[in-house]
Amino acid sequence: MKKKLMKHKVVIGLEVHIELKTKSKMFCNCSTQYFGEKPNTHTCPVCLGLPGALPVPNQLAIEWCVMIGQALNCQIPPFSKFDRKNYFYPDLPKGYQISQYVQPFCVKGFIDINGKKVGITRVHMEEDTGKLMHETSASLIDFNRSGVPLVEIVTEPDFDNSKDVKMYLQKLQQLVRYLGVADADMEKGQMRLEPNISISLNPSSNELPKYKVEVKNINSFGFVEKAINYELERQLEILEKGETPVQETRGWNESKAITVSQRVKEEANDYRYFPEPDIPPIRWTEKKIEELKTQIPELPDKKSTRFQRQYQLSSYDAEILIKNLSLADYFEEAVKAAKENATAKHIANYIINTKVDTDKILPAELVEKITQANRVETVSADELKTVVKKVIKDNPKIVQDYKKGNENVIQFAIGQVMYIIKKKIDANIVRKLILEELK
Amino acid sequence: MRLNDLTIKQAKQGLRNKEFSSEELVKTCLDVIEKRNKSLNAFITVCKDEALDKARKADDLLKNGQDLPLLGIPIAAKDIFSTKGIRTTAASKVLDNYIPQYDATVIRKLKDTGAIIVGKTNLDAWAHGSSGENSDFGPTKNPWNEEYVPGGSSSGSAVSVASGMALGATGTDTGGSIRLPASFTNTVGLKPTYGRVSRYGIIAMASSLDSIGHFTKTVEDSALILGVTAGKDEFDATTPSETVPDYQTSLTKRIKGLRIGVPKEYVSGQEGVTAEVKANFNESLKTLEKLGAEIIDISLPNTEYGIACYYIIQPAEVSSNLARFDGIRYGNERESFGDEAKRRIMLGTFTLSVGYYDAYYKKAMKVRTLIINDFEKAFEKIDAIASPVSPTKPWKIGDKTNDPLKMYLSDILTVNCNLAGIPGLTVPSGFIDKLPTGIQFLGPKFSEDLLFRIGHAFEQETKFYEKKAYET
Repeated sequence: MKKKLMKHKVVIGLEVHIELKTKSKMFCNCSTQYFGEKPNTHTCPVCLGLPGALPVPNQLAIEWCVMIGQALNCQIPPFSKFDRKNYFYPDLPKGYQISQYVQPFCVKGFIDINGKKVGITRVHMEEDTGKLMHETSASLIDFNRSGVPLVEIVTEPDFDNSKDVKMYLQKLQQLVRYLGVADADMEKGQMRLEPNISISLNPSSNELPKYKVEVKNINSFGFVEKAINYELERQLEILEKGETPVQETRGWNESKAITVSQRVKEEANDYRYFPEPDIPPIRWTEKKIEELKTQIPELPDKKSTRFQRQYQLSSYDAEILIKNLSLADYFEEAVKAAKENATAKHIANYIINTKVDTDKILPAELVEKITQANRVETVSADELKTVVKKVIKDNPKIVQDYKKGNENVIQFAIGQVMYIIKKKIDANIVRKLILEELK
Repeated sequence: MRLNDLTIKQAKQGLRNKEFSSEELVKTCLDVIEKRNKSLNAFITVCKDEALDKARKADDLLKNGQDLPLLGIPIAAKDIFSTKGIRTTAASKVLDNYIPQYDATVIRKLKDTGAIIVGKTNLDAWAHGSSGENSDFGPTKNPWNEEYVPGGSSSGSAVSVASGMALGATGTDTGGSIRLPASFTNTVGLKPTYGRVSRYGIIAMASSLDSIGHFTKTVEDSALILGVTAGKDEFDATTPSETVPDYQTSLTKRIKGLRIGVPKEYVSGQEGVTAEVKANFNESLKTLEKLGAEIIDISLPNTEYGIACYYIIQPAEVSSNLARFDGIRYGNERESFGDEAKRRIMLGTFTLSVGYYDAYYKKAMKVRTLIINDFEKAFEKIDAIASPVSPTKPWKIGDKTNDPLKMYLSDILTVNCNLAGIPGLTVPSGFIDKLPTGIQFLGPKFSEDLLFRIGHAFEQETKFYEKKAYET
């Protein structure tokens, strides 16, 4: 962002929608695996909103929603219910979306972002809509996505920069993946984000600005940063003219890297919420809430701290290893398998530096490789030097290629030296000698 | 006596003893439909060929000694129950070409137990109405006197049973839509406890109030059908796993010593109960006393708020439930909605709007709790409640159609039962000016067996059900 003279405070809040990866939809038995499937093949009277069809809530989806809330340090009220959100859109077959309004499953949580506490207002459960496809002659509706369980996570307007927003989103994605409740693949639309952005010209006041701008259609974490920064510049420009930006919904235009006005909100939409009469309210026992809590695995932040302490890793290394749960588990498996043969630090370095294909190499095999690599045999410096000289002399192409700037030829030379020596030696030493010789 | 004058129980016996076949029985019903439906307008769709085909299949099963609760029995279904492959209109032009791709749970259960669906009956469009006149397919007429309304909204179902077009018929009761027409047609009408019978596949009117019941000639038949339709349904989250008792065994128990409460608010005159209805009701109370029941005066102090409360909650839910009929995926466009549906959509949209929600919907929900409490308190001291069903006798066609409020008030004695979610049973209680009238019994949640017991005792003592709308 360009530096502006005016004193101001950036106020950003986030609404994130995440599709859960339950086998069946939120209110019927249809499969949720709709991605890439033929339109309208994953449907039934319930998700098509046919007359007389009724929703029966997916218990597992509800429990997963609660677990997301628990992982975000939310309170789980003992009484909760579904509400109807009434609005018209062709992708909404019932004319209302089953959502939660006044009594969501999770409230008042928080998450640590860069040492700052960001408040989580609520985490609630709802259903996804169908998808509109606009053809030249007509618009078509695919209801395969209709009724897929969707969790909405709303933050307090606690962000004051786009970097933190990006980090929050990455952490959130990591969190739901750790919980095993969602894939949150942005490209597949399994995670959708809508920042609400505004700027206050009175930084000392806690009062929120009188307007906010919601930005939609952002389908990557990189774009979220760009979109926010663009929006902040745009708004600041308006504010500096002494005007107030319009309260509206804007869309992120990826190719032009700008936001464009989509819909101006004259006033808040009236969704005529009322309690969903087709679903009895949900009452939790303390025991059940505790039980769900025990199902939550060690979460990324905790794991990172533990890795640093237990394995003496740098925070940088630990963060890389915990990026996804399977890599973290792989690392710990390898440490276990290594026993005394290799240090955790060594294994961590090896995994990080060589980008091990964890799907192909078993942790025990990896340890085997590392210990072998460690068994470096010594060769006298003179002997080594002689061999290096011989290799360079026998292969004039090495010098020619090297002079042309072909660095790859060094690797070939190292290979040749190793081949002649027939011993396990440190490749770095060989490289050094070759380079000296080539000078 | 013709076959279609039989009760379900009698017909079952006849079928089992090979006195007649299901085909003959169904044919007799279809004959009456053919002869009288033009004037009575009880059916929107008649399933003649399918019904006869199913009847012949039922006869095969009967020959093989199969015994199912409703094997070979002709039943009519209110045209708001989804029937796979059979047009289901809700009596609205919006759906005049809609053919469901699935059966309502109740329809499936009826079919699974051998019942034969003879057709889909007329109703007030979307079940909005108390007289049977508000149908886009024309008004249903009362077989006892065709100048009079048969009561609604389950008008066609009541008439189909009263005139021998079917031995039983399904209905829905959101504010009295089974009990009122039962009382106007000399039939037995059951509104079960909310959630006792699955709502799945039945076009919703007001989801928190809709109860799924039926019409029969006798209480015993009513118990028989409930035994088939009641129970938990995995497709309806509001059906509890409460066990379904054997309604037949308790039916014949005496009612001596039972305490039956009469709410003073229902008979004091303030709710517009006419003298003739009151006189008939008092006669009924005498019968109950004669049978050994103890009549106790009780009070349900919040009764007067029932209609107001009901006309907030019900249209609110209606406005949301009718939103799906946008003409995009099936059915006709929204301009096909009739005036009454539009009225309720507007009322409900208004009361749910921001700024009005608290004053209307939220307050109505609080009043609803008070009404529930009234009943719960009353049932601490009594076993069941008895009251008239309609404050007046059936009225002439056209009398109330221009005054919606007047029409709404005809449900004054029935809506509170829906608001409280408790069961109600209407049994014939005689005639006023040659037009039928009925008595309703209300009980605590899931007390259908008790209501059947009281109704059966009353019916066997009075035998009004034996009187037919016309001689055949």
